[in-house]
Amino acid sequence: MLPVALNHYLIVAALLFCTGFAGVLLRRNVIVVFMCLELMLNAANIALVAFSRYNATVERPMMDGNVFVFFVITVAAAEVATGLAIIVALYRRRGTVMADDLTALKK
Amino acid sequence: MMHDVLFYLFAAMTLAPALLLVCSRNTVNAAMLMIVSFIGAASLFALLQAYLLAVLQVMVYAGAVVVLFLFIIMLLDVGHEGRLRAALSKLVAPLAFFAALGCCSVLAILSGRGGEAPAGLEASPAASAESFGMLLFTKYQLAFELTGFLLLAAMVGVIFISRRAIPAGNRTEGKE
Repeated sequence: MLPVALNHYLIVAALLFCTGFAGVLLRRNVIVVFMCLELMLNAANIALVAFSRYNATVERPMMDGNVFVFFVITVAAAEVATGLAIIVALYRRRGTVMADDLTALKK
Repeated sequence: MMHDVLFYLFAAMTLAPALLLVCSRNTVNAAMLMIVSFIGAASLFALLQAYLLAVLQVMVYAGAVVVLFLFIIMLLDVGHEGRLRAALSKLVAPLAFFAALGCCSVLAILSGRGGEAPAGLEASPAASAESFGMLLFTKYQLAFELTGFLLLAAMVGVIFISRRAIPAGNRTEGKE
């Protein structure tokens, strides 16, 4: 039996998501924005694993949430590689990774 | 009791570095804080008895992803950001939205039903790697294969995007 309830895990996940979201909105450095995106994915993973654990029964083992986390981790790895390659290409073209200076579409 | 103490420890270990990351001016420090946060999340997975996911989290996130971030930070030499955004008018809207989102989600979770200890199962089915393998190669076979293909596509795409650009003289469009 687990004394800490599902709500505790969900609050941690919600706070982590909000922290990541604040970072995405507030930061100018594209690399840090990208890190905050990873935090948000991580928060979703914590919620998924917690739901799977607390709703599992013998008849329905609720493995789908866990398997989904497995896929999220894989896709996030591919996403990080692609995103960082785009940042490198951006830096080669523009010489900056600050979101404020990347205004080509405004002009 | 032990579980409670560990939960609060790991929750703090997940959330505190994330908050510091949002406020840190040095990008290398941010990457290091990200490692601590990911290891905290992995500990939460272990606490939820998803041991395979905890190991994967440490290997893929705290290992590969952070190393990739550090590599790019050092390659581009953008370690220090200088001042953070200072204009107060630009801060108000995101912070208000952040506070509203945080309060709403915490309230929604607290007001909800449930949160009791899991019924019946002493050991989580996610504790063994076998249960993952059985599902991955039966019910999720197609998704599994597609994920493999996605990784290949990402690899080819990364090589294509990050190859050396054509010299400026051969380019047809104007220089910025």
